[in-house]
Amino acid sequence: MTYKSQSVAKLYFIAAIALFAAQILFGLILGLQYVMGDFLFPHIPFNAARMVHTNALIVWLLMAFMGAAYYLVPEESETELFSPLLAILMFWIFLVAAGLTVAGYLLVPYSTLAELTGNDLLPTMGREFLEQPTITKLGIVVVALAFLFNIGMTILKGRKTVINLVLLLGLTGLAVFFLFAFYNPTNVVLDKYFWWWVVHLWVEGVWELILGSILAFVLIKVTGVDREVIEKWLYIIIAMTLITGIIGTGHHYFWIGTPEYWQWWGSIFSAMEPIPFFMMTVFAFNMVNKRRREHPNRAATLWALGTAVMAFLGAGVWGFLHTLSPVNYYTHGSQITAAHGHMAFYGAYVMINLTIISYAMPLLRGRNAANSNKSQIWEMWSFWLMTIAMVFITLFLTGAGILQVYLQRVAENPQPFMVVQDQIALFYWLREIAGLMFFGGLVVYIASFFVGQDEPEATVAQS
Amino acid sequence: MAQAFTKTMARNIFYGGTAFFFLLFLALTFDSMGQLPNRDNRAALEGEFGPKIAMGKILWEENDCIGCHTLLGEGAYFAPELGNVYTRFGNSTDAIKGFIQSRPADGIPGRRSMPQFNFSAEELDALAEFLKYVSEINTAGWPPNTQG
Ligand code: HEM
Ligand code: HEM
Ligand SMILES: [Fe+2]
Repeated sequence: MTYKSQSVAKLYFIAAIALFAAQILFGLILGLQYVMGDFLFPHIPFNAARMVHTNALIVWLLMAFMGAAYYLVPEESETELFSPLLAILMFWIFLVAAGLTVAGYLLVPYSTLAELTGNDLLPTMGREFLEQPTITKLGIVVVALAFLFNIGMTILKGRKTVINLVLLLGLTGLAVFFLFAFYNPTNVVLDKYFWWWVVHLWVEGVWELILGSILAFVLIKVTGVDREVIEKWLYIIIAMTLITGIIGTGHHYFWIGTPEYWQWWGSIFSAMEPIPFFMMTVFAFNMVNKRRREHPNRAATLWALGTAVMAFLGAGVWGFLHTLSPVNYYTHGSQITAAHGHMAFYGAYVMINLTIISYAMPLLRGRNAANSNKSQIWEMWSFWLMTIAMVFITLFLTGAGILQVYLQRVAENPQPFMVVQDQIALFYWLREIAGLMFFGGLVVYIASFFVGQDEPEATVAQS
Repeated sequence: MAQAFTKTMARNIFYGGTAFFFLLFLALTFDSMGQLPNRDNRAALEGEFGPKIAMGKILWEENDCIGCHTLLGEGAYFAPELGNVYTRFGNSTDAIKGFIQSRPADGIPGRRSMPQFNFSAEELDALAEFLKYVSEINTAGWPPNTQG
């Protein structure tokens, strides 16, 4: 750690990991409710558990992005953070708002939460991923603005690098597109059309800028490859992201009442969206192969390579699988969607955050470059456990999805939804077992922060 | 070739490409907005049942129905698609209301069950009208059959 103020990142990272654990716990509850329908009913209905699962995911990813920015922006700018105090203050506001919101989901019926928080004044609740009460959404905007101000001022007073610029662009886009969460007309088609400006333009647009810049930062650090080379790659990757991804939004405009030309625009442009993910994979492996130094934090390098591979698989391959409109006609809103959603979120955004945490945490905790060997071995075990578990979750959901689509939508005598669900229960059981393995991996991950603390730092193995 | 391609060129492709395709996206959006009146069943919103539908949508949202169901294929995959439930239930708002009303408060042992929301007659009416309105949006032939 070069600058004292980078230490605020630690708070954000710790809270992110705690919320990650909550997310997975509720994922297991959901998975069980899929096969034991009355589990926790009516106390925690499926929709309440699902809100906790998805909102905890989004909030912890945002927390970790902020932590990443607070860590890497001062280092890139070669100056202290503009206001560490503001960063700490915003952390507590964010955490308390998130905690209260989750408590609201679990302790009172959702309609009561809507009433208590005055949803009728400005109705924004009850849409997927945007279930937060309107005041929570306003809180998110305040936190995001304060954060952008803090980061922006730091960049202004310091060295300007491409990584900082791209990160700032991505974070600004994140805040700007979130504003569409406040637009909620009665007209369902309009509502859906602009809902995707938050969801799609986030994960297949501006978030990829954040992903790219964090990956570039870590690769510079662990490989020592020349910044010029890495920055050129970064520009090309994010160029391809936005060139394909913006119009790629059209892959959500096939069947929601929008004009039929979107079947062409959406299919063609989104079919090219895997390109930047593929380039990211080539980029990461290339840089590691051309490395000019051996970094003792082997776990961080593993996470970085893992991100590049899994993001390509989850977003690129599993996204492509159902993105052409003739295919999507059958798979739309099925377990295939869930399979893709899981691997894409994990491979791209969970893993990039675990990458920067893996790189930065040892330094934030006073190590020179890396954790002890023992701690790294635990961390690498957790990498494999979680990643392989996620591969299985995706495969089982894909199996469930293929059967579901066939029985419910393709077969000569299409069967009702619930009848089909009963027939594919085996896949849901297998998914739950893989989920337990994921949870095991997460436990090992958290344990890796506590084991081997009194052992010496890992050094570079001379081969 | 590799040498001739500089960082400045990469940067220019990024800014130029982004600006171009974002503007194209805005143009397509503008065109779509022009076509929506012929597809999105806004006549229903402007008609006699408009206020009811609006109330139904608020109820849909304030009970987080999307947390279990899909609506036009978007939402959760735990419970059936509802964008076409009106047609699946034989074009009957009464059938929809009857179903929502009859959910057991304590669930069904061992099985997925919808909560009992204790809606008033007016609220049931509003929800049913909302679902009828959605079923009449032109969705380019989706879903493939009435099972959703
Ligand atoms: C890291 C990037 C990505 C993430 C995190 C992600 C995540 C998701 C999620 C969560 C959904 C479900 C949304 C809902 O609940 O309705 C979804 C839908 C979809 N995604 Fe992605 N995605 C990513 C990239 C991609 C890419 C690159 C493609 C195409 C090549 C793609 C194609 C699709 C399609 C076609 C759907 C709609 C599925 C349906 O019709 O039900 N995604 N994505
Ligand atoms: C123990 C592991 C997990 C289990 C058992 C699990 C289970 C589930 C279930 C049952 C749903 C609801 C599907 C529905 O709407 O019907 C869901 C949704 C979701 N989960 Fe998980 N989950 C797990 C881990 C994860 C992880 C690690 C991530 C992110 C990286 C994640 C991201 C999501 C997302 C984005 C959705 C919404 C999907 C969509 O709308 O298509 N889950 N999960
Ligand atoms: Fe998308």
